Amino acid sequence: MKLKKLIIASSIVASSLVTSISYAADTIKVGVLHSLSGTMAISETTLKDTVLMMIDKQNKAGGILGKQLEAVVVDPASNWPLFAEKTRELLAKEKVDVIFGCWTSVSRKSALPVLEELNGLLFYPVQYEGEESSKNVFYTGAAPNQQAIPAIDYLMDDIGAQRWVLAGTDYVYPRTTNKVLKAYLKSKGVKDEDIMVNYTPFGHSDWQSIVAEVKKFGSTGKKTAVVSTINGDANIPFYKELGNQGISAEDIPVVAFSVGEEELSGFDTKPLVGHLAAWNYFQSVESDENETFIADWKKYIGDDKRVTNDPMEATYIGFNMWAKAVEKAGTTDVDAVEQAMIGIAVPNLTGGTAVMNSNHHLSKPVLIGEIQEDGQFEVVWETPDTVIGDAWSDFLPSSKNLISDWTSPVKCGNFDVTTAKCSGQNFE
Amino acid sequence: MLRIFLLLICCFLAGQSVASEVTAKVNDNEVVSAEVTIAEPQSNEQAQLIALFKKLPTTKLSKMPLLIEQLSQTKAPQIKKTFNSLMNGDLYYLKSNKQIVHAQLNADNKYALTDVLTNTKLEAVAKSKIRKVKTNNRLRGKIRSLLAQLDLTFSDKTVRIEAVKQILDKPNDIGIETIKKLINSEQDDDVRELMSVTLLVQQLLEGEHTEKLAAVKQLKTSLEPSVLNAMATELSKVEKPASPEDKALKVALEKAMADIDGRKGLFEFAENLFFGISLGSVLLLAAIGLAITFGVMGVINMAHGEMMMLGAYTTYVIQQAFPQLIEYSLLMAIPAAFLVSGLVGVAIERGVIRHLKGRPLETLLATFGISLILQQLVRTIFSPLNRQVLAPEWMSGSWQINPIFSLTFNRLYIIIFSLMVFVALLMILKKTSLGLHVRAVSQNRDMARALSIKSDWVDAITFGLGSGIAGIAGVVLSQLTNVGPNLGQAYIIDSFLVVVFGGVGNLWGTLVAAMSLGAFNKFLEPVTGSVLANIIVLVGLVLFIQKKPKGLFPQKGRSAD
Repeated sequence: MKLKKLIIASSIVASSLVTSISYAADTIKVGVLHSLSGTMAISETTLKDTVLMMIDKQNKAGGILGKQLEAVVVDPASNWPLFAEKTRELLAKEKVDVIFGCWTSVSRKSALPVLEELNGLLFYPVQYEGEESSKNVFYTGAAPNQQAIPAIDYLMDDIGAQRWVLAGTDYVYPRTTNKVLKAYLKSKGVKDEDIMVNYTPFGHSDWQSIVAEVKKFGSTGKKTAVVSTINGDANIPFYKELGNQGISAEDIPVVAFSVGEEELSGFDTKPLVGHLAAWNYFQSVESDENETFIADWKKYIGDDKRVTNDPMEATYIGFNMWAKAVEKAGTTDVDAVEQAMIGIAVPNLTGGTAVMNSNHHLSKPVLIGEIQEDGQFEVVWETPDTVIGDAWSDFLPSSKNLISDWTSPVKCGNFDVTTAKCSGQNFE
Repeated sequence: MLRIFLLLICCFLAGQSVASEVTAKVNDNEVVSAEVTIAEPQSNEQAQLIALFKKLPTTKLSKMPLLIEQLSQTKAPQIKKTFNSLMNGDLYYLKSNKQIVHAQLNADNKYALTDVLTNTKLEAVAKSKIRKVKTNNRLRGKIRSLLAQLDLTFSDKTVRIEAVKQILDKPNDIGIETIKKLINSEQDDDVRELMSVTLLVQQLLEGEHTEKLAAVKQLKTSLEPSVLNAMATELSKVEKPASPEDKALKVALEKAMADIDGRKGLFEFAENLFFGISLGSVLLLAAIGLAITFGVMGVINMAHGEMMMLGAYTTYVIQQAFPQLIEYSLLMAIPAAFLVSGLVGVAIERGVIRHLKGRPLETLLATFGISLILQQLVRTIFSPLNRQVLAPEWMSGSWQINPIFSLTFNRLYIIIFSLMVFVALLMILKKTSLGLHVRAVSQNRDMARALSIKSDWVDAITFGLGSGIAGIAGVVLSQLTNVGPNLGQAYIIDSFLVVVFGGVGNLWGTLVAAMSLGAFNKFLEPVTGSVLANIIVLVGLVLFIQKKPKGLFPQKGRSAD
């Protein structure tokens, strides 16, 4: 008797499962892999909301290929190994067609092997250190040559900086970026003694000694600039200490790669005015697309004070490109979409066009902005044209011979131009 | 118990890697000099001024420095105000007729305009009618040095000092001439001193041999960075002395530089000591509440950091509630944070910890759970984004003792405040009946109960007191770091370290431990970099605990368990 009941019950469950799966087949599943809790929640929740907003908009416009989009949101909780697990869950269990996600490089590196094993597709929207190109990832944030190198050029040519402090948080992005920057500075004739490198732990809050050291380093009469790859939270006490020790942006300007509108909205901006940031997008840029985007965002989130930032633009571009590529390929099959992606062009938010290149990196304009009292940036400099993202830096000996090209006949993320060899996906 | 802790702590920190650091030495030196030509004749001054003003809206940023210089050469009375507005970003132009105006946002969200040339008030307009005259850092720097010449005769002493400093750092002919004229009539000693240093540096760089020697002699006592730079420049010129005079100059320079370096070393030591004590005082504030709950009651409270976080959020709420009273917000926040965190502490004690008495591992897990709940609660109520807590005016800036040594006000106040809290707590425990009860219960619970002390009540109050002080620490931390859900996590480990190092149950031990850990860390940091300094401190502490498991000041006698 009991057994019979059990069989009936399980068949009911099974049939309901089947219907839900058949229902799922009518939608395109979009995975969202952003931390909603833990340290990175501060930055990543915004990107989750951006993807949801884009999906919402796309669905209202009729979806893609006549199908509605369905978001699958998971929370990897700022826990790097969990990114790999959640990626597996999204690809193997939820069978999503594309993933938008990750912020830190270490989380991307954690998800990468799973993406490649299960042939998934990830859109990564944050500026990063380069030295990577995977068939399964599209990098819509800036590579070092689209953010760091132009910023150095600006400081050198326009501000006349001669001494350099490279200050960063101690993890993979600042370390690799600083390695690239140091090589670049040396190629420009800057001596070793004019470069000071400093790393601090995550969330460092006692900046007294380091700021005092920077002050000493900058008091030799040569113009000194700080290039900051300090991450997230640690920035606020850093700028506060600069202000308190009487260092203004005119004495020693700080150009930051990780401080954007979102971070500034939690700031008392007084000590920061005049310091610089290098990005590919600022909320203050005037263009029609940007105005619409800001209005949509404020409406979607229901808060007039919310700001937009660069990784949001990268998500916006990535999503629109993916939608266009799926339409072009006529399917959501990863291999087809991957090939369709290359060469896709969509408008960016700064009034230009973003093009996906064969190395899975975008062409972007580079902007330098000065921080204003209201937490916005005023653009003081920009590259005359868009810059093509370079996956492998030309300034590092280990990668200067490498190129990435995912079109035939090369079809390789790390092709060595001197030996004409491809070291495969597992290049270290 | 202590070993479990250190194990836990090590796990937390295991992920961090070791940083290397390149500290570059400084030898080179260069003096930037701005070219200033002689002013135009005065006759058509007004017309010229108007013509130059007309150019302001359309000039590109790269051409602006030239225009600014031309403007300053007109020596018109309007220039100073114009430059100041430009520096502050208040200089706009009307889109319609390109008229240059000073604009200020008024109460009804419009901009009140003043014509800069004629100083007449104009009708207030909306933001869309005007556009900002662009500036950037380079331009502001330029304006500042031009303004310096105008500021030399300013009535406020600090402005004059800043002006002379500008000329000292970026000497130009007109500035030096002006100083020469003014130095004899200058009333204030500090300003005159700085002026004479400026002239001496000039003399050192451009004078004859005997003048150079005399300048070196007099500059020996100055700590201005520019002086050392000028000396280094001169020294590089006479590196291979060609004549006896050169040789004498070289010797004099080397001696003077050694003198200055020696004094600089002394101040650098004082600076590091100050940094160490200030870090120590923050650690003290964070740990002292824990010293009571963990040290006196023996409760491992992993939610201690979240009590600090609640205190910091209380500051934020107070600032939101009284936006006009930012200057007093911290004073109001201190009792408020004490109450909020204290009450939450009492609630935790009554609701959870009381039921887990004598089961330290369960208490640890339960309070860890509470800490996660509180974090997520704050995330839900206030959003995961950091909240903006403003610094009152009196907390910013620094006390400049000499050109290379200054103490920041916020750190100074925090040191004083944390010592006050320490003394107050010590008094409560030593002099009040509450303190007597607390000590009685912690020494022998059964005997205290036999003497009709309500031990349950004492437990709750003690836990509330410890948590309340954590709340106060939160108010202080809101001035130093981000106010966000993760604020507490950053400090909980350090707090336990301090308490364990100092000896459990001993407030004086906590004080000594906090200060010595702070100072140790800050003296290591310049040598090893901050990441490695943290690791060295931690390893040192583990070794220390191996040797002396009960910390610096162990409890002795029968009260020790």
